Amino acid sequence: MKIHEFQGKEILRKYNVPVPRGFAATSVKEAVSAAEQLGGPVWVVKAQIHAGGRGKGGGVKVAKSIDEVKKYASEILGMTLVTHQTGPEGKLVKKLLIEEGVNIDRELYLGITLDRAISKNVVMVSTEGGMEIEKVAEESPEKIIKCAVAPFIGLQPYQARELAFALGLKGAQVASATKFLIALYKAYEATDASLAEINPLVVTKEGNVIALDAKMNFDDNAMYRHKDIEAYRDLDEEDSLEIEASKFNLNYIKLDGNVGCMVNGAGLAMATMDIIKLAGGEPANFLDVGGGANKTTVANGFKIILSDPNVKAILINIFGGIVRCDRVAQGVIDAAREIEVKLPIVVRLEGTNAKEAGVMLNESGLAFEVAGSLHEAAEKVTKVLKAS
Amino acid sequence: MSILVNKKTRLVVQGITGQEGSFHTEQMLDYGTNVVAGVTPGKGGETFNGVPVYNTVKDAVTYAKANTSVIFVPPAFAADAIMEAAEAGIKVVICITEGIPAADMIKAYHNIKDKGVVLIGPNCPGVISPGQAKVGIMPGFIHKAGKIGVVSRSGTLTYEAVKQLTDVGLGQSTCVGIGGDPVIGSKFAEIVKLFNEDPDTHGIIMIGEIGGSAEEEAAAYIKKFVKKPVVGFIAGRTAPAGRRMGHAGAIISGGKGTAAEKMSVMKKAGIKVVESPADMGVTMKKALEALSAKIKVPAKKAAPAKKAAPVKKAAAKKSIAKLTTKKKLVAVAKKTVKKVSKKK
Repeated sequence: MKIHEFQGKEILRKYNVPVPRGFAATSVKEAVSAAEQLGGPVWVVKAQIHAGGRGKGGGVKVAKSIDEVKKYASEILGMTLVTHQTGPEGKLVKKLLIEEGVNIDRELYLGITLDRAISKNVVMVSTEGGMEIEKVAEESPEKIIKCAVAPFIGLQPYQARELAFALGLKGAQVASATKFLIALYKAYEATDASLAEINPLVVTKEGNVIALDAKMNFDDNAMYRHKDIEAYRDLDEEDSLEIEASKFNLNYIKLDGNVGCMVNGAGLAMATMDIIKLAGGEPANFLDVGGGANKTTVANGFKIILSDPNVKAILINIFGGIVRCDRVAQGVIDAAREIEVKLPIVVRLEGTNAKEAGVMLNESGLAFEVAGSLHEAAEKVTKVLKAS
Repeated sequence: MSILVNKKTRLVVQGITGQEGSFHTEQMLDYGTNVVAGVTPGKGGETFNGVPVYNTVKDAVTYAKANTSVIFVPPAFAADAIMEAAEAGIKVVICITEGIPAADMIKAYHNIKDKGVVLIGPNCPGVISPGQAKVGIMPGFIHKAGKIGVVSRSGTLTYEAVKQLTDVGLGQSTCVGIGGDPVIGSKFAEIVKLFNEDPDTHGIIMIGEIGGSAEEEAAAYIKKFVKKPVVGFIAGRTAPAGRRMGHAGAIISGGKGTAAEKMSVMKKAGIKVVESPADMGVTMKKALEALSAKIKVPAKKAAPAKKAAPVKKAAAKKSIAKLTTKKKLVAVAKKTVKKVSKKK
C-alpha cells in the first residue's frame, strides 16, 4: 500500500524522525492559512500524488511570500502532473503539502527495504541525494552503501554510525544522523513498511539531519494489524476499475492492451498475458479470479474487463485442479448469456472434466472459440484479432 | 527416488480441522499420502477421518512419529506454526498459507535456519512426488511418476507445466512449488541442488516470474554444477514495473527483476529458456532426446548401447566398475561425449 508524503511525515513525527514543519491543504485558502501558521520567510508548496519525480514535473515550488504561496497553490492544485512514474496520462493533483523552507547544506539518500536474497532488511545510503536511486545503482553502484539488519535486534548504533561516516558526515552531524537512522528503522519495523525512502535526506546549514521527502510503502499482508495506516489509503490515487474489482475479491490490474484475460492463479495469469503478446495482441489487464471460478466470479470478471473500451477480445484460461472444469464452463456460459458479451471469447479450460467442459461450451450456442491447449489458445487469439 | 516427500513421509497437518486443512487432508489421504497426525490447539484427542488430532506438533512427533508437516493455518498464525514445527523436530515443513506478513516471515526464516529443517513456501501449492506422496493442494491426477523435477514460484502455472510433461509422455520425480512471497524458506537454487543430487531426476523445469533475483542465483548454480538438462520459463514479460502482480513477490522494483533480465542470465547459464509457456513440455522432451542421441552416436563405435538413459554424472564418475555392463557403456559413451565437446 502506498501513502502520500504528508502522511508519511505524520508517521515519522510519531517515531521522532525529524521532518520539516508543515500542513496538508486541499484548497488555496487552506494553503495560505497553513503558510501563515508556519511563518516565513520561505515556504515549499508540494503536490501530493502517489508518484515520484514531482519536482521535475513542476509539482514542487519554493515560495518567498504569502502571495507566491497563493499563486503556486492555485497553479498546482487541479493540474495534471506528469512524471516518469505517472505514465503519459499523468495524475490530477488534489492535495498539497505546505512546508517551512530548510537551509540545505547537503542532499543525501536513505532507503530501507527488504533484501530478498538474504531475507533481511537493508539500510542503504548514498551521497547522491535528490537523484533517482535506480540511476545511481546502475551508473555508480559503489556510491550506494548497504547495511543488512539482523532480525530480532534491529539496527544497532554502530551500524548507523558506520553509515553516517560513510556519508562523510562530521562532528555533531554524526550523532544527529545516527539518531535519525535508528528512529527511522524503528518506524519502518513498527509499521510493517515495505519501503521507507528519504530522498533527499538533508543536512541543514545548522548541522541538523532532516527528512525533506518521505516515501513509505506498506506490506498489504500486514495491514490487518495497522488500521491507522490503512485509513491513509487514498482511493483517488487508485484506478476505479481496480477498486471495483477488489470489491468482488478479484485481483485486477489495468493495462493498456486490447485483449482482456481472466485466469486462475497469479503465475498462470502472467503467463497468459505473455501468450497474448506472443499471439500478436497486447494484454489489457491482469486478472486472477482465484480458486473458485463460478458464475458470479466470471460474470464480475466480464463486467470489469468489458468496462475497458480498448478490449477487442477476451481470453479465459482456467486450470481446473480442485475446481471442476464443467462447473467453470457452466459459469462462463451463464455469465456470457447474462452479460450478453459481444466480443469474441477464447476459452481454454484444462484439468478435471476438461473434455466435458469443451463439449458444453461448443454446444452452448454461444460463439466461443474453444482451445484445448495453451498453444491452441494463442493461435485462436491471433485468429480473432485478425478477424476483428 | 524423489526429493523432500516420498513413501517414508509421515505427515502432520497443522490446521487439520480448518476449512482448507480438512478439505485437503481428505484429498491427500485419497491420493495415498501417509497422513499420521493433525494439529489443532484445543482439539487434541479428537480424530479426523481416522487421523489422530494433537494439541501440539511436539505431541504429533512424539506419539505419531511425524517427520513432515504441512501448514494450513491462517496468515496471522502461520509464522508461529512454522517455528513450532521446526522446534518439534520436523524435517520438512511445507507452508501453504497465503498472506503472511513479510516481517513475520523474516523472523521465522532466521529462527529455523540452524535447526536442520527444510521450509517450502509459504504461499505455495506444496510438494508432490507422484505415486508416493502428495503434500499440498495440487490436483494429484495430472501427475505421473517419472524422471523430471519441476520447481516453480506459482501454482496453476506449475500444473500447466506438469500437464504438458505428462502429455508428451514425461513423468515427474517431484514437483515443488516454492511460493510467490518475497521471503520463502527455499529458493530455486536450493531445490535445483536437491534435484541435481537425486539420481532419479534426469531433467529439471524451472518456472520463475518477475521480481527478486532467485532465478539468477539458481542460474549461477546451474552453470557451475548442473549437467542435467534444464528448461526455464519466466512469467510476466508483459507486466508493468512497480505493480504487484498477484503474488506479493512478483513486482519489478527499481528496474530490477524484469523477465528479460532473468531470461538473459538463464540463457547464458545454459538453460533452455522458452519464450512461450506452451513450450515447456516439448522443449524438455527435445532436450532429453538430444541428450540420448548425443550418447548414442559414440556408443555405436564402442558397442551397441540401446537405451541411453542419462545417468547421474557423479555416480558415473564414482566407480564405473560398480555399474552394470549396460550402464558402463553409457558412462564410457558419456565420457567420450565430454571429451569431444571439450575439444570444441
